Amino acid sequence: MLLIDCPFCGTRPETEFRCGGEAHIARPTDPSALDDGAWAEHLFVRSNPRGLHAERWIHAHGCGRWFNAVRDTYTDRFVETYKAGEQPSHPIDDARA
Amino acid sequence: MLDRSLVARRDRPLGAAPTSNDRARVAPAPAGVRLSLRVRGAEGLSSLGLGLAINRMSAEGERFSARLGPDEWLLGAGEAELETLEGEIAAALGDRFRSVVDVSHRNVAVEIAGPDAASALNAGCPLDLSDAAFPAGSATRTLLGKAEIVLLRPTAEPLYRVECWRSFATYVHGFLVEAARTA
Amino acid sequence: MAQPHRLPQGGRVDRATPIRFSFDGRTIEGFAGDTVASALLANGVHLVGRSFKYHRPRGILTHGSDEPSALLQVDRGPGKIDPNNRATVVEARNGLTTSSQNRWPSLAFDVGAVNDLLSSVFVAGFYYKTFMWPRSFWDKVYEPVIRAAAGLGVAPQVADPDAYANRHAHCDVLIVGAGPAGLAAALAAAKSGKRVILADEQPEFGGSLLHDTTATIDGQSAEAWRIAAIEELDGYETVTLLPRTTAFGYYNHNHVALTERVTDHRETPAKGAPRERLWQVRAGEVVLATGSHERPLVFADNDRPGVMLAESVRVFINRYGVAPGRRIVFVTSGASAYAAAADAKAAGLEVVMVDLRPERDCGPEAADLRLKGVEVLTGQTVIETKGRKRVAGLVVAPCANGTVGDRRVIACDCVGMSGGWTPAVHLFSQSRGKLAYDEGRDAFLPGVSAQAERSVGAAAGLYDLATCLTSGYAAGAAAAGVAGGRAFAASQTPTGFTPVRDLPTDANPAKVRAFVDFQNDVTAKDLKLAMREGFESIEHVKRYTTTGMATDQGKTSNMNALGIVSKALGRPLPAIGTTTFRPPYTPVTFGALVGPARDALFDPIRTTPIHEWAAEHGAAFENVALWRRAWHFARPGEDMHAAVDRECRAVREGVGIFDASTLGKIEVVGPDAAEFMNRMYVNPWTKLGVGRCRYGLMLKEDGYILDDGVVARMAEDRFHVTTTTGGAPRVMNHMEDYLQTEWPDLDVFLTSTTEQWAVIAVQGPRARDVIAPLVSGIDLSNEAFPHMSVREGAICGAPCRLFRVSFTGDLGFEINVPADYGRAVWEAVFAAGEPYGITPYGTEAMHVLRAEKGYIIVGQETDGTVTPDDVGLAGMIAKAKKDFVGKRSLARPDVVAAGRKQLVGLATETAALVLDEGAQIVADPGEPIPMTMLGHVTSSYFSANCGRSIALALVADGRALMGRTLHVTTPAGFAAATVCDPVFFDSEGGRIHA
Repeated sequence: MLLIDCPFCGTRPETEFRCGGEAHIARPTDPSALDDGAWAEHLFVRSNPRGLHAERWIHAHGCGRWFNAVRDTYTDRFVETYKAGEQPSHPIDDARA
Repeated sequence: MLDRSLVARRDRPLGAAPTSNDRARVAPAPAGVRLSLRVRGAEGLSSLGLGLAINRMSAEGERFSARLGPDEWLLGAGEAELETLEGEIAAALGDRFRSVVDVSHRNVAVEIAGPDAASALNAGCPLDLSDAAFPAGSATRTLLGKAEIVLLRPTAEPLYRVECWRSFATYVHGFLVEAARTA
Repeated sequence: MAQPHRLPQGGRVDRATPIRFSFDGRTIEGFAGDTVASALLANGVHLVGRSFKYHRPRGILTHGSDEPSALLQVDRGPGKIDPNNRATVVEARNGLTTSSQNRWPSLAFDVGAVNDLLSSVFVAGFYYKTFMWPRSFWDKVYEPVIRAAAGLGVAPQVADPDAYANRHAHCDVLIVGAGPAGLAAALAAAKSGKRVILADEQPEFGGSLLHDTTATIDGQSAEAWRIAAIEELDGYETVTLLPRTTAFGYYNHNHVALTERVTDHRETPAKGAPRERLWQVRAGEVVLATGSHERPLVFADNDRPGVMLAESVRVFINRYGVAPGRRIVFVTSGASAYAAAADAKAAGLEVVMVDLRPERDCGPEAADLRLKGVEVLTGQTVIETKGRKRVAGLVVAPCANGTVGDRRVIACDCVGMSGGWTPAVHLFSQSRGKLAYDEGRDAFLPGVSAQAERSVGAAAGLYDLATCLTSGYAAGAAAAGVAGGRAFAASQTPTGFTPVRDLPTDANPAKVRAFVDFQNDVTAKDLKLAMREGFESIEHVKRYTTTGMATDQGKTSNMNALGIVSKALGRPLPAIGTTTFRPPYTPVTFGALVGPARDALFDPIRTTPIHEWAAEHGAAFENVALWRRAWHFARPGEDMHAAVDRECRAVREGVGIFDASTLGKIEVVGPDAAEFMNRMYVNPWTKLGVGRCRYGLMLKEDGYILDDGVVARMAEDRFHVTTTTGGAPRVMNHMEDYLQTEWPDLDVFLTSTTEQWAVIAVQGPRARDVIAPLVSGIDLSNEAFPHMSVREGAICGAPCRLFRVSFTGDLGFEINVPADYGRAVWEAVFAAGEPYGITPYGTEAMHVLRAEKGYIIVGQETDGTVTPDDVGLAGMIAKAKKDFVGKRSLARPDVVAAGRKQLVGLATETAALVLDEGAQIVADPGEPIPMTMLGHVTSSYFSANCGRSIALALVADGRALMGRTLHVTTPAGFAAATVCDPVFFDSEGGRIHA
């Protein structure tokens, strides 16, 4: 069971959280302006790195806030957590890059 | 006119009597008022516990205020105090945008007290409940077994208030009774 | 004579407290402090089981949790039967019933032993090679026969009556293992004042100190030091001591699972005490002082009862005061067995030492032992054992440079063998630490840690007592974050060994049965065969031969197996690698893992405020998510079908009452509430008036329906949203996600009010008549309170939000009252309705009634791939809205393509025939397989109000097929059905506005 540092509540056990997949994929302000390919990319395509990965977590059974975390997908080590809307201070491995 | 005999009475879900052993006592708490208050940027205000840090609470008698998140407070009061409390919120927050929702009937509270209270809670609650990690005045949403709870520790006494949603009350109460027995 | 092999003195057993238990029906006497194994040995019982595959007689190999052979069924009473208990760890006490496993009809005469004579058949990979053909034989013949013949023990038949507890715990330093290294670590860590947990699987702390009776520490006896250490630790309030507690799993972020055996050792457990407690410890730092396991030697018939590990012989003598034999031959390739031999000699037993090492490689221990009058043979190999169900002799021969000399038979009744030591790195490995092979110690040692963890003592390959203490103390201090180590003075420990794999022999290799894995009956020959057949990866060899598998997980066998593979392949050990260590370290009971989560505490059972009333009135219940909902109210003599027909008719003809409290409810509050609703739902909300309701449809971003429900506008800035019962948490999460992460600028808050309100649906032509006398402050007339509106007022004096809505298609109200008033209001409504024949109805009638109207149920008509247009609800979509969640996806090519499945009604040709939900639909039942599937039935009922069966279905291009006859699969073949409008009842829709 992981320990996750909620930016609001501090370190809590994983069972209080849910993961929401890759972070920093903003919903387009005007989805209708995207062609089918770009929209499909937005909806379905995610990176899947072995290494540092920015992901969304919600402290579902705690303060109820969404936040972001940088986690090493190989070691499960959390490098940092930060509030929604903020940027990570660590460079992220992006399999698509 | 409405027949007096038709006036509905309030029916709490847990009729159970307190369950005691030497080390832990589990007792359903009486009904009260609960308001979920949501407001942003009110930390500067001192009334109603708005100035509390996240996961801290203040309590006096039946009144309490628990800050469960950056913009969320659970307010408690005696059963007759709904309007008083709403009035105090209005006075404190003026026309500041907020959400006040009555959850008095959604929440059910069970108290567990005694030297083994924390150990019994730890049968299902994964948090560190030591005095250092969860001192007097702590309050947080967390888990007890398979139910979500709000765990409140108003004072330094080994007395905890476990609040859950109404339909989970039987499970939560039963869980605590079993946990107190085997702690 | 009872306990003929109990030594006249010595041991830690309490000779003043005799105990008795039974083994295979025979009464065994022992003393408090015995294990079942030590008591059996005290009574001369060496034969305790039959082996897994060959049914060979097996005895007691070890003295601890690494025991592969002495597995017993332990019976503590009805439902309290566990198979596969290691006799070496079960504490003997009055009232235990134990029995050997894997034998029939008896341990001494086991029919299955014929397998041993057929051993050339049962080679590695036997199962894969033998049971391949014919395929149909597997289920009917091979598997049942194998299951009956093999297996270790029997599962209990009745429920376990014991309680099992669970405990989450936190500490700064968790120390696993309370041998000298663990105790020293605990002493150092405890001084810091931080929270320390010290756990050990044994009933007593001390590890090797419990049997190392001649050792000294800091000038005092090891025992005196041990007692003082435990006393000191016990004096700290911050230290938790957990004997009988096995750390079996090391998970992420220093989460360690331990199982504490609380009452098994007690004849009369304290009332209410759990049998076991699962500790889930989150530790700041972990110190692993898990010790090491001795390796057996691999020679012919090394599995004969009476052959055990050298250190175990020493333990039985010193700790339990038991002579495992009167004439003991020790065979070793290292120094530690000399301590065992010296202790055996001191206990008055006859001892011969056989050392595999040439004289020049032996340390001073050989000369020391000779001085004590023990014959020491060096430069030897072991050819085989003599005897049948008990060892009677050991055949040895001098061996130099692979040349085996003349054999000599040494008569004996016990063999103590030692092939060196293997650090117990299981937990370290589970923690994802990297193991490193150390050639000098011939062992994989903890290398790079992956977590905040330290290995000390024998677990780190340090076998000398003083070194163990010093390394333990330093690690304890460091883990607690305090400075300072200290040196310990201790008596010297004989250490060091020469690794041997399988012993040289002059016997015919085809006939040698030299066991590597005692539990799985894997021999050195099996391993070599596997390699000849091309298995080279150690993971493959493990699975093919089963070495290292089963309950002991290869604690005694892994290094020998690796060594043999390495030698046979001619590759160095590190190139072979190790197999993966997985939890649990030792077997864990299901009870410990389940804990309190059984019966009423298995899952929360959510019930509504009206549940008890329903139960009292004969409701049958169904599970909907965690909720129990009233399914139907069958009267005595009525079946479900008749009850549902009656309930459905009552709603259409008079009035029905339904508990809708489980519907999800969300209070959406804030100046931007309408804008938020616009973005979350396909519908328009801006112009919805206060006091009005609208059916809302919610999509995921991929355009598929997520949920639906009636939404009421309570105020300009306040919506009362309802969701499906099962969808409530999903919808709340979905809304919170968008609100927090996409539109944090919106001034809106969401609060779940699902459980604040009890919801009583009163439905049917007489609904208004029923509630009118109870409601105050609301004009119920059709004009003042039309369909799809909401009013706040009071009912029976309780505040209420009264909805005029209907999921039946008839006049209807949904009374929302604070939950604690739910039952009282329900009873009042029911009483007021009795003159009108008010009928309580359940979820089944609700489903039928809505299907008569063609109303969808999310999760029944939809399955996560259904769009609004698919179910005929495209009209709900606000055309003017530029965007809402899911809108863009409604223009995706696959969503706008022709041929999508559409919601239609199906009318069977045979009116009484109720189709199966999920049944497939085809155009031509004569089409060859594979047939073209057009769709499937989503809902199907008998409708009393329509006088026939009705069904809803999703059919490709269904709306273009109105009137066409299609064919639906049935258990008997196909049934013809006509595609029709999904509204079966009151298609004009007038009744709802009555």
